[in-house]
Amino acid sequence: MSYLQTVGGHRYVFETLKVLMAKATPARSGDYLAGVAAGDDEERVAAQMALADVPLPVFLSEHVVPYETDEVTRLIIDDHDAKAFSVVSHLTVGGFRDWLLSDAATETSLAALAPGLTPEMVAAVSKICRVQDLVLISQKCRVVTKFRNTIGLKGRLSTRLQPNHPTDDPTGIAASIVDGLMYGNGDAVIGINPATDSIAAVTTLIEMLHEVITRYNIPTQSCVLTHVTTSIEAINRRAPLDLVFQSIAGTQAANSSFGINLALLKEGYDAAQSLQRGTVGNNAMYFETGQGSALSANAHHDVDQQTLEARAYAVARKFRPLLVNTVVGFIGPEYLYDGKQIIRAGLEDHFCGKLLGVPMGCDICYTNHAEADQNDMDTLLTLLGVSGITFIMGIPGSDDIMLNYQTTSFHDALYARKVLGLKPAPEFEAWLHQAGIFEDGADLKLADTLPKPFQRALAHLH
Amino acid sequence: MSDAPKTIVVTNPWSKLRQYTPARIALGRSGTSLPTTPHLEFQLAHARARNAVHHEINVEALEAALQKRGHATLVLHSAAGNRPVYLQRPDKGRKLDDASREALVAAPKPAVPYDVVFVIGDGLSSFAIEENAAAFLDVMVPALGASHWNIAPLVLVKEARVAVGDEVGELLGAKMVVVLIGERPGLSSPDSMGIYMTLNPRAGLTDESRNCISNVRREGLSYEGAAHKLLYLMTEARRRGLSGVQLKDEAEALPSTLTTSGENFLLGNE
Repeated sequence: MSYLQTVGGHRYVFETLKVLMAKATPARSGDYLAGVAAGDDEERVAAQMALADVPLPVFLSEHVVPYETDEVTRLIIDDHDAKAFSVVSHLTVGGFRDWLLSDAATETSLAALAPGLTPEMVAAVSKICRVQDLVLISQKCRVVTKFRNTIGLKGRLSTRLQPNHPTDDPTGIAASIVDGLMYGNGDAVIGINPATDSIAAVTTLIEMLHEVITRYNIPTQSCVLTHVTTSIEAINRRAPLDLVFQSIAGTQAANSSFGINLALLKEGYDAAQSLQRGTVGNNAMYFETGQGSALSANAHHDVDQQTLEARAYAVARKFRPLLVNTVVGFIGPEYLYDGKQIIRAGLEDHFCGKLLGVPMGCDICYTNHAEADQNDMDTLLTLLGVSGITFIMGIPGSDDIMLNYQTTSFHDALYARKVLGLKPAPEFEAWLHQAGIFEDGADLKLADTLPKPFQRALAHLH
Repeated sequence: MSDAPKTIVVTNPWSKLRQYTPARIALGRSGTSLPTTPHLEFQLAHARARNAVHHEINVEALEAALQKRGHATLVLHSAAGNRPVYLQRPDKGRKLDDASREALVAAPKPAVPYDVVFVIGDGLSSFAIEENAAAFLDVMVPALGASHWNIAPLVLVKEARVAVGDEVGELLGAKMVVVLIGERPGLSSPDSMGIYMTLNPRAGLTDESRNCISNVRREGLSYEGAAHKLLYLMTEARRRGLSGVQLKDEAEALPSTLTTSGENFLLGNE
């Protein structure tokens, strides 16, 4: 089916829904690289006008990636909740934007609607939203998940403590963990990207994190970000594993390039559930995504990268994750060129994830060959903080010495908590006070001295 | 009487942990924010890394240095005309421009094909190449001398991605290509060089056909260490007729450079 729009005497024809969506997408380098972007700004707005007129049910019948050959499309369509959808099924994309901005869209009504929305619907509406719309609408959404603490409550901002080390040295990792905990970070997860993927190395790290969390009674969970098959193997070997990690994408072919499919994710999910290691809940999956991953695997079906990113969240929500993280600026300038594109993409991803009911966090980050810097990250952090982002990364001094990129620091997390009045997950917050890391009182204040158990641990070091 | 003035910048009582990691830990705090000194140190590190990406490689100086050592050289350009195009269009950095392709086609070929061509590309850090390329070849080329390698003239490519070496190797009819290229600069490592080896190079190959040696620089993997590893990879690739993932496992079984620092202080006996 083709879509028409006449603007200023010029008649634009968009041959398919996926062409229309790609051309309606705010400009970014990855869509130019893929050759699917609008030719100029006027064509882009014409596409946005045409997209605004598309009735939402069209997204259930015209698929951007074929149903027959793609299991992610089948998941989206087969799991669609028509009853939940009925509240907005009479609307166009433009009408849906108005509805989302209106008082009809509340925390309760949005939660009820989520199973009735498809990734393509939320991607489409995001394309005709300005930054303030993305912020306002996602701030209304609430997605709460639980393992050893409660993530995503109103007025809370959690952090992943990311103590990476270039050679996985346990003492070097422990040093970064202490740094993070003393700055009140680590309630979303203590999560290591291992330098080596071998089962022996991964198991060593899993055991170490388990012992640290147990020894210091920290109400949080651990994760070693390795391939799902390695986590399953670690579980088979009785490693004390909390969260099963996997990078996921929005097409079957892209997932296949990651060495996964939905059946394998189900296996990982079942293995994690079998352990029952959560104390207040059992959301036990941690997923990472990022715009451009399908294109980089040449698995994008000529669909724009933002729509494909939203489809990854449909994969995520199937497995009731504790955390989903869009690693927004990691992939490089050929997909998101500069601070402006990274900021917009981070807000879109959070918006789409939250509307679909996913506990969305963001690795607010950039590489040194992107046209971005700390000021851009401060802007995105502040905007996401206002939007109600579930969690961000925390790393010593913003510098990941293993993955060679910059993300938010422990200090950055405290900045966001301070200026926006946000607190860590309640169980973790109580621990921070009890351990003497945060001083009691209404304002966020760090104690000047090390808590006793950590003093003892450091006592014999020179 | 008055209390002694409290210092504004709070130092962290765990600063002795800095000996265990190059990570930026125990930076102290002003309120809960980053104090001025580490803030500006970060800005400088980022500025250096940005310069490494955007600094145009001094090809004339590099060529002169290589010729002084007795190497024949050839300077080419990828299809990415400038740095912004290079950064946004990796596909163009993987191909030669028309003039370069014609120059290679016209270049005289030896009666017996070259065993290997070394391609030097700026990649994402020209600092890495200016710092390390000639110095590495000073160690590597003599190491090859003993085992009869017929080496092609050195090929320098501007705005290069790794895969451009495949086209160079194919057009020269070389049996192997070794690409020396500037790696994506980290905040603490703006001058890191990568080395990629491919047997039977031809345009269109992907990463699975290559073997990689990473982090070659003065503070990282030494030239001797890298040359030792590369010689092993080249010799084995030539002997067994394969490169890439099929060769990878055994190469990784080489003596590891990993260090461990003994018992983890967080989990010691109380």
